[in-house]
Amino acid sequence: MNNKILSIHEVVPNVFRLVIEAPTIAKKARAGQFVILMSEEDGERLPFTLCDWDREKGTITLNILEVGLSTCRIGKMKSGDRLYSVSGPLGRPSTLTEGKCVFLGGGCYGIGAIYPLARELKNKGNKVITAVEGRTDYLLYMKEKLKEVSDQYYEITVLNPSGRTGKVKDIIEELLSQGEKIDLCYFMGCSFMMMKASEATRPHKIKTYVYLDSLMLDGTGMCGCCRVTVGGETKFACVDGPEFDGHQVDWDEFFLKKGYYFEEEVMVYQHHNCRRKRESQENGGRV
Amino acid sequence: MALKIREKMVPMPEQNPEVRRYNFDEVPLGYTEEMAMEEANRCLQCKKPTCIEGCPVGVNIKVFIKYIKEGDFEAAIRKIKETNSLPAITGRVCPQETQCQGRCVLGKRFEPCAIGRLERFVADWEREKGNLEIEEIKEKTGMCVAVIGSGPAGLTVAGDLIKLGHDVTIFEALHKPGGVLIYGIPEFRLPKEIVEHEVNYLRRLGVEIRTDEVIGKTLTIEEMLKEEGYDAVFIGTGAGAPRFLNVPGENLNGVYSANEYLTRCNLMKAYQFPESLTPIKTGKRVAIIGGGNVAMDAARTALRLGAQESIIIYRRAREQMPAREEEIHHAEEEGVIFKYLTNPVKFIGNERREVVAMECIEMELGEPDESGRRRPMPVEGSEFLVDVDTVVIAIGNYPNPLIPNTTPGLEVTRWGTIKVDETTGATSIKGVYAGGDVVTGAATVISAMGAGKRAAKAIHNYLIEKKEGI
Repeated sequence: MNNKILSIHEVVPNVFRLVIEAPTIAKKARAGQFVILMSEEDGERLPFTLCDWDREKGTITLNILEVGLSTCRIGKMKSGDRLYSVSGPLGRPSTLTEGKCVFLGGGCYGIGAIYPLARELKNKGNKVITAVEGRTDYLLYMKEKLKEVSDQYYEITVLNPSGRTGKVKDIIEELLSQGEKIDLCYFMGCSFMMMKASEATRPHKIKTYVYLDSLMLDGTGMCGCCRVTVGGETKFACVDGPEFDGHQVDWDEFFLKKGYYFEEEVMVYQHHNCRRKRESQENGGRV
Repeated sequence: MALKIREKMVPMPEQNPEVRRYNFDEVPLGYTEEMAMEEANRCLQCKKPTCIEGCPVGVNIKVFIKYIKEGDFEAAIRKIKETNSLPAITGRVCPQETQCQGRCVLGKRFEPCAIGRLERFVADWEREKGNLEIEEIKEKTGMCVAVIGSGPAGLTVAGDLIKLGHDVTIFEALHKPGGVLIYGIPEFRLPKEIVEHEVNYLRRLGVEIRTDEVIGKTLTIEEMLKEEGYDAVFIGTGAGAPRFLNVPGENLNGVYSANEYLTRCNLMKAYQFPESLTPIKTGKRVAIIGGGNVAMDAARTALRLGAQESIIIYRRAREQMPAREEEIHHAEEEGVIFKYLTNPVKFIGNERREVVAMECIEMELGEPDESGRRRPMPVEGSEFLVDVDTVVIAIGNYPNPLIPNTTPGLEVTRWGTIKVDETTGATSIKGVYAGGDVVTGAATVISAMGAGKRAAKAIHNYLIEKKEGI
């Protein structure tokens, strides 16, 4: 049966790695694509980048960052539970090159999501340089798997009492200053990281792809909720993307669109958590 | 003998506008048995009933009304279902005034017979009495049909073909079947329970429904025919891609397509937020751009979500509005404000890129255009500002290009609609048929059902020939 969670575990605080039974999606999945997932009938439809898949076993893997009520509810699910709805693979697959030097940057959920892209690019004979960033070192994961598919692998954190601190953009700047010839860049993760990294490659005129995780409903081009302005044109992240040229994206618009329901997100979280607490008090303190 | 005929239709009880503008319950409450029989009595039982010519699926209106007159509601619903498998839905959403009721002889002197209300009455009567009889299914043919899309066209094709003995699987991209009937038309106009009832009936007939299947992504039509063992495919994917105005500021926060606004509210139940988890901005001053049924639905939804003002901005005059008369009337009753001969030219945002106003221009009507309606022309120098915090663009939809883009050999027009033989719905690919909005562009539920009927007939003939050929 579809949509069964085969395994779920918290890889680093607030990031959950789910393996889900979804044979039809696994069969078609390609790097850079995403699925739309609902945990429950009255839940939200949320997009998540495919982090891995196994066509033979019929499974897909997602890394889900807890940011609001819906993602927290997914984090509370157990293996054996069934997700209400999973559809995909959606969006256009990544642009893949051959025999080039490519730089991949990942942050938060993107550390996991960048993996299939690194693997595909490696298989196509590219020199793959991977860099991951996090607030501190205990927020980094996937090290061994990413190393397997990378020629060079870097980690960098904002807080590091014993050594250097910084972000993905600092690594790319350093490599470029050392004379590394990078042909293409791919960035996946939080919007701020993708924007800053794109700014770092712009002066060097390096083609840069970013993956825009806009708010979405259907994910098939029906609602236009995910509209982004890229190169002055309106695009739908769900069907025209999620991969776009990082130098052409209107980042201000993207940030403000993603935050449009911030108040509602806080409200729905409090509404349900307060009720849970009240119910638990009524049950004698058991949650 | 002088016939004494009631000049006006028997009125249908409705929720009071002052009450209903704050709830999502259905507005018209339906006829009682007595009301239905009284209204049926108005029917002249014409020798040559012109009303039937006005029906896209040719419901035998004269006979079903005669049964209602006699109090035989069972016979009436059977008669309707011979040609219309979704009467509870069409009785609510058909534009009867331009179809059956528009041709009613009675309408020449008085109000026409309320055919839509009567259709709705017998369909509701049947559903409410429960233990629905399952229609007879012909001997299994062993042939399999894939129906893409579970809107009115797809449901009709599935119902007709399963009864003819073929195996039918419906593929739906969203998590619930029903298409526009579920995501588009609001609860207060078409209760979702009715759509679910019709879908469940198809399931009982043996139709398999697979949700979350995005054809073109999860599976292609080529794979359905070559690998998955389907003998024929019907494409009924509707007109699901929203049109925008292409004016400055359209990507501001607070500017929704009607599809997004209505999908959030209907499919995702945002009107129950925060109990359901999908949010929607309720808005204090909501402007809806457009004059069709979808615009009316959005305007009335905005009121129910708590908007203080809900304003329809339409570039032509009231007479040219394409919405059903009843929808316009209901919207007016509920306090929707109508600004005719007005068109937005740009949207203005604040520092958070949220829409706060729109600049509009007055229009005047010029010579008729290709649609026969007088063409709206901007009046130079008449620009003015309207304060708004939410905008819904309801100026129409075009077919989603996903299937044409992933189906080599499938011919489309320059408007993106699928090219078909009009009488059969056959596309440029053998064994692949299409019907509904994906062929005509955005139209009505009943015309999609009509196209579904024709395609089902053609698919049946194709399958029989194919079977005998083996």
